[in-house]
Amino acid sequence: MKQVFARPESLKDVQTHFCPGCHHGAAHRLVAEAMDEFGIRGETIGVASVGCSVFLYGYFDIDVIEAPHGRAPAVATGAKRARPDRIIFTYQGDGDLAAIGTSEIIHAANRGEDITVIFVNNTTYGMTGGQMAPTTMVGQKTSTSPYGRDHSKDGYPIRMAELLAQLEGVGFSARVAVNNPKNIMQAKKVIKTAFRYQTEKKGFSFVEVLAACPTNWGMTSLAANQRVGDEMIPYFPLGVQRNTANL
Amino acid sequence: MSSKLFVKGNEAVAMAAVEAGCRYYFGYPITPQSDIPEYLSRELPRLGGEFIQAESEVAAINMLLGASAAGVRCMTSSSGPGISLKQEGISYMAGSELPGVIVDIMRQGPGLGGIDASQADYWQATRGGGHGGYRIIVLAPNSVQEMYDLTMLAFDLSDLYRIPAMVLADSVIGQMKESIVANPRPVVDLPVKDWAVRGRQEGEAQRVVKSLKLGDGEMEAFHWKMHARYQELAEQECRWEEVGTADAELVVTAFGSVARIARTAVAMAREAGLRVGLLRPVTLFPFPRQAFLDLSRTCKRFLDIELSTGQMIEDVRLSVARDVEVDFYGRPPGAGSLPTPEELFEQIRKRY
Ligand SMILES: Cc1ncc(C[n+]2csc(CCOP(=O)(O)OP(=O)(O)O)c2C)c(N)n1
Ligand code: SF4
Repeated sequence: MKQVFARPESLKDVQTHFCPGCHHGAAHRLVAEAMDEFGIRGETIGVASVGCSVFLYGYFDIDVIEAPHGRAPAVATGAKRARPDRIIFTYQGDGDLAAIGTSEIIHAANRGEDITVIFVNNTTYGMTGGQMAPTTMVGQKTSTSPYGRDHSKDGYPIRMAELLAQLEGVGFSARVAVNNPKNIMQAKKVIKTAFRYQTEKKGFSFVEVLAACPTNWGMTSLAANQRVGDEMIPYFPLGVQRNTANL
Repeated sequence: MSSKLFVKGNEAVAMAAVEAGCRYYFGYPITPQSDIPEYLSRELPRLGGEFIQAESEVAAINMLLGASAAGVRCMTSSSGPGISLKQEGISYMAGSELPGVIVDIMRQGPGLGGIDASQADYWQATRGGGHGGYRIIVLAPNSVQEMYDLTMLAFDLSDLYRIPAMVLADSVIGQMKESIVANPRPVVDLPVKDWAVRGRQEGEAQRVVKSLKLGDGEMEAFHWKMHARYQELAEQECRWEEVGTADAELVVTAFGSVARIARTAVAMAREAGLRVGLLRPVTLFPFPRQAFLDLSRTCKRFLDIELSTGQMIEDVRLSVARDVEVDFYGRPPGAGSLPTPEELFEQIRKRY
């Protein structure tokens, strides 16, 4: 019998702590598959951020540095400069990357650091209990926007993939979702392209992954999955915003 | 081969870093330390290293964290307002047992303060500075020669103990020029950095550099382990200088730039027939407690002199025998005004 589905080698054989229906698991898997396909596990250093994905090193079978909240791009910069022959990626949530760490991500991108950034946008601070994030949708209720996000007070959700695509230093910037098989297949291709940017030393690469946080959205897994397609994708359009090397 | 040079204190720091094998520097401009990044931005690229002017001190210290985790010798430098921003990263480096050298050329504070010399960051430096309860190695040069020597030592101690090390000087030492002998770096046996991330090859164990400790008792065990390491540091690495203390009735103590003025005042006191000595701590953490305790058994009183309203005095009081008096004379920062030797001699005479 032909095996058609297996755990990627770069992932450990352990149970994750993610909630049922959380898309962090799918994002982890796609990153691991990309690593497997390029055969770069032994050369890769992951930079874990603060948020629900902090336990990256518990799931990926690779060397990992844990960064302070928001600072993963700076930590990755130091590591990459020290070991330019290694593949270095950060894995960050929206609170981490688009709030406390905006300065670090913009400047690492602008320097054209040869790193890959996986940005998981679930429109909320997952780990701390579902507070409003810079990506929270207008009208979305969270534990710190109980009346719904009001753009006149709270501003508008930030489109990071588009924002970074403006910067000359960025090689690749794209947005994907993992809410259905078609989008997952596309996401896999895009994440692979992002890593190819680094293996071919073509500069900074960025992938925003639209993700569900059923727990903090107060939804079933199914409804949360549905919301990604119905509410998030119309505001955060999928696609490649910048691809300078045409990879 | 050693060579004689006439350089600024800040340049001596940068030169020593290069000599110590540091090839990675991350920083952000601030007076009065900008000669350090300027020198290294010139030198490191041609030595195959990297200089990055970071977007902030927060980014700079986290670049240091990343480079250190990858196993290389690296450095950052700043002054008060920037060192405050670096505290986040310093706490994370302490929690991750990462070495790295941080240079603080102190200026006036709090807040934006001013750019004249001050020693008012003593607490921030010697008490860890960031959250969580930890210590870093703190070395206090009082000459351009020591800027050179102690910077090199900072790299070695930091690697040896896996504790961040700080060179704590002020704008007087940073900006003044003196002749120095630039010694090649001393050969020290340093442990291999087998904990550094480099990519997990087949058959190797995974390496994780982290400060999150959620396991049962893991954090407590970490704190006790570091506590023991700090004690070992105190036993092995205390450094200080004594001048004329053998028969001293009054011992003056001061560190860094003001210790030079104090030394002249002590010489004046000797000439006037007063039995006065000087005890200058060189390591501020670990603090040379035993030296204070020993002297406190033979002298009558201490006079602590600082460019602040008194911060090191707490460590002095904690170190000396109980029945010994510790007096204080402070000159918190004012526009360019350092105490004169005559002024300090007067203070010595008053208390003798
Ligand atoms: C300096 C600092 N501020 C706040 C926190 C608390 N904190 C932990 S996780 C988190 C939010 C993470 O949210 P996000 O990046 O969106 O990731 P998610 O948990 O949703 O995956 C916050 C604010 C912290 N650890 N450090
Ligand atoms: S809280 Fe949200 S982001 Fe965190 S694991 Fe649960 S579903 Fe995922």
